[in-house]
Amino acid sequence: MGISRRKFLGWMGAALGASTLTGNKIYAASNKQFKGYPDSFGVLHDTTRCIGCRKCEKACNKTNSLPTPSKSFDDLSILDLNRRTDEKAFTVVNRFTPKSDKPAVFVKKQCNHCLEPACASACFVKALKKDKTGAVVYDASLCVGCRYCMIACSFNIPAYEYNNPTSPKVVKCTMCKPKIDKGELPGCVVSCPVEAITFGKRKELIKIAWKRINKYPGHYKEYLYGEHEMGGTNWLYLSKYDFSKIGMSEDLGTTSAPALTSQALGAVPIIVSLWPVLLTGIYAISKQKDILADKELKTAVENTKTALTDEMNDKLSVQKEKMTQEKKSAINFEIKKALEQAKKETEETKEKKQRKNIKDKNIEVIDKS
Amino acid sequence: MEKVFYTLHDFMIYSEGITYLLMGGILVFLLLFWLFLTDSDKKKRTF
Amino acid sequence: MALEKSRVNRPLFTPFNIVAGIILIVGLFLTVSRFWGGLGTVTNLDNNNPWGIWIGFDLLCGVALAAGGYVTSAACYIFGLKRFHSAVRPAILTAFLGYALVVFALNFDVGRPWRLPYPLFFSQGTSSLLFEVGLCVFLYLNVLFIEYSPAALEWLGYKKIRNFVVKLTLVLTIFGVVLSTLHQSSLGALFLIAPSKLHPLWYSSYLPVFFFVSSIFAGMSMVIFEGSLAHRFLHHKMDKTHLDESLGVALGFGKAASFVMMGYIATKFIGIASDNNWHYLATGWGLWFLLELIGFVAVPAFLYAVAVRDKNIKLVRIASILAVLGIVLNRLNVSVIAFNWHLPSSARYFPSWKEIGISLFIVTIGIIAYRFIATKMPILHEHPDYKNDH
Ligand code: SF4
Ligand code: SF4
Repeated sequence: MGISRRKFLGWMGAALGASTLTGNKIYAASNKQFKGYPDSFGVLHDTTRCIGCRKCEKACNKTNSLPTPSKSFDDLSILDLNRRTDEKAFTVVNRFTPKSDKPAVFVKKQCNHCLEPACASACFVKALKKDKTGAVVYDASLCVGCRYCMIACSFNIPAYEYNNPTSPKVVKCTMCKPKIDKGELPGCVVSCPVEAITFGKRKELIKIAWKRINKYPGHYKEYLYGEHEMGGTNWLYLSKYDFSKIGMSEDLGTTSAPALTSQALGAVPIIVSLWPVLLTGIYAISKQKDILADKELKTAVENTKTALTDEMNDKLSVQKEKMTQEKKSAINFEIKKALEQAKKETEETKEKKQRKNIKDKNIEVIDKS
Repeated sequence: MEKVFYTLHDFMIYSEGITYLLMGGILVFLLLFWLFLTDSDKKKRTF
Repeated sequence: MALEKSRVNRPLFTPFNIVAGIILIVGLFLTVSRFWGGLGTVTNLDNNNPWGIWIGFDLLCGVALAAGGYVTSAACYIFGLKRFHSAVRPAILTAFLGYALVVFALNFDVGRPWRLPYPLFFSQGTSSLLFEVGLCVFLYLNVLFIEYSPAALEWLGYKKIRNFVVKLTLVLTIFGVVLSTLHQSSLGALFLIAPSKLHPLWYSSYLPVFFFVSSIFAGMSMVIFEGSLAHRFLHHKMDKTHLDESLGVALGFGKAASFVMMGYIATKFIGIASDNNWHYLATGWGLWFLLELIGFVAVPAFLYAVAVRDKNIKLVRIASILAVLGIVLNRLNVSVIAFNWHLPSSARYFPSWKEIGISLFIVTIGIIAYRFIATKMPILHEHPDYKNDH
């Protein structure tokens, strides 16, 4: 999975010819640019030679002045406990029986001194570093004790001094860097009576290992463990059986730890650069909407206002007209009435007059006669 | 580049270090640029 | 009613005070023994299991559940959803307390807590995702403190500083969202470095995306959940605006969370497809994975949907509890339960009661601090001097 993604991103990067894509970091990480320190040392552990004498464990204990264990190094029953490295033992040897009818196999375990150490990549204070000698070294004066390095190490190597309240340290094999610096061999390598562990330049060791594999085809699996695991390690292993049968993970993949995280880390600056732009944009849009909505509201209010007054005016004028009309008609009516009355009255008086005249005439007639 | 990196890890420590510094700069720059960009709007508004 | 009366008289021995008191006393003893005897005396951690629930719960869940701060403030100030305004302050307060307690809890977990500033100021391991997380959490804690401060300043009556801080709201909100995006996702990315240790169903190159997206609905669910708690216990501190808006907040966030959860489920399946891990679904781990994804994401998402359609506030609250539990389950799966799945059961980690005790201790401190601040300061109600001031 890891490889294909890496390749894919590699192609993409090559196709686009741009170096800004985050995937390109992984491309850059491919063997072209970073080959590791050219003359770094390593150790080849030939498990077909190991006899499980625990002399290396003893030598390691002495070299690193670790506390004397409760059970002596001559006690070989411990080999079956499938131990791991801890704060009192930087290296352990375990016994495996991949085939019940065949003799047991012994495997030494210690820090593999990865070419691209996961522990160092994980450390947020640079307390772990890959040295040019090939050793991965630890600086206790920086360590905060977050133990992320232990989470990160695929080989479950670093241990922690959980019972030290004031100055707990991460502990693991140092490949005896102090000794290498002085031109000496690591403690375990010197102590091995059968040359099951060979010290040398990693480049040379790879050649030696493959020579052995090719020379004795049935004796070795055609695989050099550590050549590519997690991007390669400075400790290398040869075995007669499948490595999964002798307690070593075969599912680690070949992607180095920093390559695993570089994608996620690469996204960080992109988010920092683009998120503020995006968010400000969204803010501006929503604000614009608010302003528009405000404006709309205002105009709507205005409009309704004018509409209302218009309507009112209309109504008023109608009313007025109505009223004047009514008034007019009322006046007319009154006038008519008055006129009629007047008419009537005049007529009445006329009649009265006439009657009076007739009366008068009659009286005159009576008087005359 | 004069610096020679032998491991991706060393390279990342270096390049990410620069990136983190850049990121701080970018944030400040973006803020200032936005203020510069919207300055005229505000002037208009205050008139 | 009875509850409210008892709070007015403030008797010392309420059930809450008794339980909290016991937890605090035990917690103090555990704290002393942690720093006196080292990590080994209180934890079940060992060389194979360097991270326990102090990282899996206190850090990962703490940060995820404190996401309500950035989600709510972004909804209100950036997306312009003003109707969420009354939810911003409680959410910011929870986030601030949450992050403060995360940092507090880290002091228990790391071997030499007094060196916690080292990665920031002394020796920057820039290749580490933990460096990124540390930097962001540190910066975001400061941002949250400033975002929270107006409440305290109003309470104390410092008008001028308060008004100045309020002017920074937008910048702080944007900065907060950037930082949250980064560290929420980076917490998931922490595990990218160990593909061989985390079960393939949980390990994915999309881990940072999963963590970020789930933090969004974690934050929303937490705002709803916490709102229902506040309604029960701090009802008398809420003003009319808060009460009026709270139904809308719960339904609005329920709706949003529901849809985000569906998107999240989709990405989870994309994750399985892109690594072709389908066959693992038929194993025991697969069932556990499906329980997490269906039982604690799909089900609450569906419940949210139903509740929002029916405007059923009770159901929204039930869904929020499920969703919060789902986040806790997910974070524990990634960091503790499905981590080191290869190891034989005898070498697996289970927290000691003392570790759980410290975690409870820290959560209790958080609740007490929240209660204190929410009863004293204008969190659930607006300060009378600053009404209509937003
Ligand atoms: S084996 Fe583990 S401890 Fe050793 S260098 Fe590799 S990652 Fe680091
Ligand atoms: S425990 Fe120490 S060495 Fe390991 S990652 Fe943390 S600070 Fe680095």
